[in-house]
Amino acid sequence: MALPSYATPVQRTYYYAYLFFCAVVFFFLIAPLFAIIPISFSVSPFMVFTEGMLAWPPDPEAWSLRWYKNMIGDCSADVVSSTVPCSTKWMKGTVNSFYIGIIATVIATALGTLAALGLSRPHMPYKGLIMAILISPMIVPLIITAAGMFFFYARINLVYTFTGVILAHVALATPFVVITVTATLVGFDMNMVKAAQSLGAKPIRTFFKVIMPLILPGIISGALFAFITSFDEVVIVMFMASIDQLTIPKQMWAGIRQEISPVILCMATCLVLLSIFLLTTVELLRRRSERLRGIKSR
Amino acid sequence: MEDCISTSALLTTDGVPLKQSLKKAERKNKLRAFLLVFPLLLFIIVTFVMPIGDMLFRSVDDSQINGVFPNTFNEYKKWDKEKDVLPPEEVYKALFEELAYGEKIQIGRALTRMNYSKSGWKSLIKTTSRQIKKAVKKDELPNNYKEFLISANEKWADPTFWYAMGQMVNNTTPIYYWNALDRTYDQDQNVVMQDEKRRIYIKTWIKTLKISVYVTIFCLILGFPVAHLLANLPLRYSNLLMIFVLLPFWTSLLVRTTAWIVMLQQNGVINGILVWLGILSDDGRLQLVYNETGTLIAMTQILLPFMILPLYSVMRVIPKSHMRAAQNLGAKPATAFWRVYLPQTIPGMSAGGLLVFVLAIGYFITPELVGGKDGKLIGHWIAYHLKTTLNWGLCAALGAILLGVMLIFYWLYNKIVGIDNIKLG
Repeated sequence: MALPSYATPVQRTYYYAYLFFCAVVFFFLIAPLFAIIPISFSVSPFMVFTEGMLAWPPDPEAWSLRWYKNMIGDCSADVVSSTVPCSTKWMKGTVNSFYIGIIATVIATALGTLAALGLSRPHMPYKGLIMAILISPMIVPLIITAAGMFFFYARINLVYTFTGVILAHVALATPFVVITVTATLVGFDMNMVKAAQSLGAKPIRTFFKVIMPLILPGIISGALFAFITSFDEVVIVMFMASIDQLTIPKQMWAGIRQEISPVILCMATCLVLLSIFLLTTVELLRRRSERLRGIKSR
Repeated sequence: MEDCISTSALLTTDGVPLKQSLKKAERKNKLRAFLLVFPLLLFIIVTFVMPIGDMLFRSVDDSQINGVFPNTFNEYKKWDKEKDVLPPEEVYKALFEELAYGEKIQIGRALTRMNYSKSGWKSLIKTTSRQIKKAVKKDELPNNYKEFLISANEKWADPTFWYAMGQMVNNTTPIYYWNALDRTYDQDQNVVMQDEKRRIYIKTWIKTLKISVYVTIFCLILGFPVAHLLANLPLRYSNLLMIFVLLPFWTSLLVRTTAWIVMLQQNGVINGILVWLGILSDDGRLQLVYNETGTLIAMTQILLPFMILPLYSVMRVIPKSHMRAAQNLGAKPATAFWRVYLPQTIPGMSAGGLLVFVLAIGYFITPELVGGKDGKLIGHWIAYHLKTTLNWGLCAALGAILLGVMLIFYWLYNKIVGIDNIKLG
């Protein structure tokens, strides 16, 4: 990509303008995420950079952990502020988010992996149609899904229950599992299955001893996608969950709408760290999967 | 030669013709594959496809009110509008009885529905019901129901109300679709535009499409050079820079939206920097959020990865030698780019563009939080009717139209890229 040595000054100008433009776009993509981190450590109850934070040398008075304490439900005197309510809602939301997310992930991964195995067989009938149905929850806008599910689940008394929310999240998450695992199965050597069976292994044993270890990276990335889908989901939760099913996104939504407070930014910071962790894991798994399947790392 | 070839069909060892045996094995394999997919297919159909179908059904459904006034509507259908100005006595009688003995909650629901057709129904029926209840309590059933109702409320002599009833007598109704397009019925049951003040949906539909088109164009302008850079850098650099694209992709939507509020608000980061640089005066801070600008900026950043990733995967496989060859043959760099490189990226541009566009028209969370009054898209009204007005028919109709628009674009996407080519990360 470097410029050739014979480039004219005009070409040089264009080239540097292009690099500058790309740098600006990268900055545009990433800056908002990192701008919120310092503000979450602010002492002020507003979501701004205070003068004390920008002062040089740094003013320790301007920084604090009070909003983090607020987030974990510690409402002692130095934490409370007249404008920012303090409650255990954030912790309750965290527990619910993990509860719903983990159950939905387990179900979605099991169903999705099975379906991906079926879809990757050469004999699968009506493959296109079935694939279209299976990934439709990912395609239809969430607000339509939420409206449809609300009407339908209301008829069978599943709104405002954990069951309803989990079922909805499983439906939303399975397409990600199906897509990821199907992609892993491309180039899977079916001869290994034949070899295992000719050596006397039953189908279930073949799956757990031969297929599963090879596609495990794909299954785990699919599961992570499923988890983050459920963990981030707010539209369905907004309509189908009562206060008992309060999750982190729902609490954040309420926080932004009603009481703009730095506590939201503390939770946001935690979520950015979580996404960095998940991204790294998925990337490492993808490389491992390509190595396992004998695809040269690009 | 000929007698070497057996004329009878090939047989397997157990005497079954080979063709049949193969077919049987094939069927068995098909069944096995299908059985693996079946649990998920069933699950998705029950938890997802049926709810969507239910919503589509609800958008035309008018059976609730037909369950409340079955006899009235039956008699109504016999009314010859050419001959009589007002409906016959039987209609009034049936209405009297159904209002007198009907279930209160069901009637209340029906009234809400009747008001969608013509405002004034609710108060008309309520006042009349009171009179009817009184009469029934005193056990004074009228001899002439028509006269009784007209004396209870003279609007029963107003044929426009009776004409409006004509919209409800069937089990299905298109009224919600007309409402979703700012149309309604006039006195003669023609479809006309709503009053000037009540026309909100067409405006919102246009705004939704407009913002989606803008977001798509911005994403293309911002995404193209970045994808190009990523595709042409050596791998160890591009993998590193890819984090800048993938991290926002993996981060919660609400976190990104919150981040934009922090950046764009009046004493936010961007205004702060502009004031510090002396570009703006302290009291001339820009209003960047809670309006259309905010929606545009935030949605562009949130959807940009969906543009960059397909573009990148297309650009990565375009051989670098093509540009060199074109330049060797005498093309200026700009011509070579325009005539040789750009046409090869069209699949990526169309895939990314369609993906961004389709995601943008269904967006709800971000416009709702950063859009303020004038930056809200059609999703806002779907949620509004679902939660606030409880006009579920209109909510379903808006959803159905949005779904229809999406499906058209996905059909295009499928033609161009293939739906099963979607890749993640």
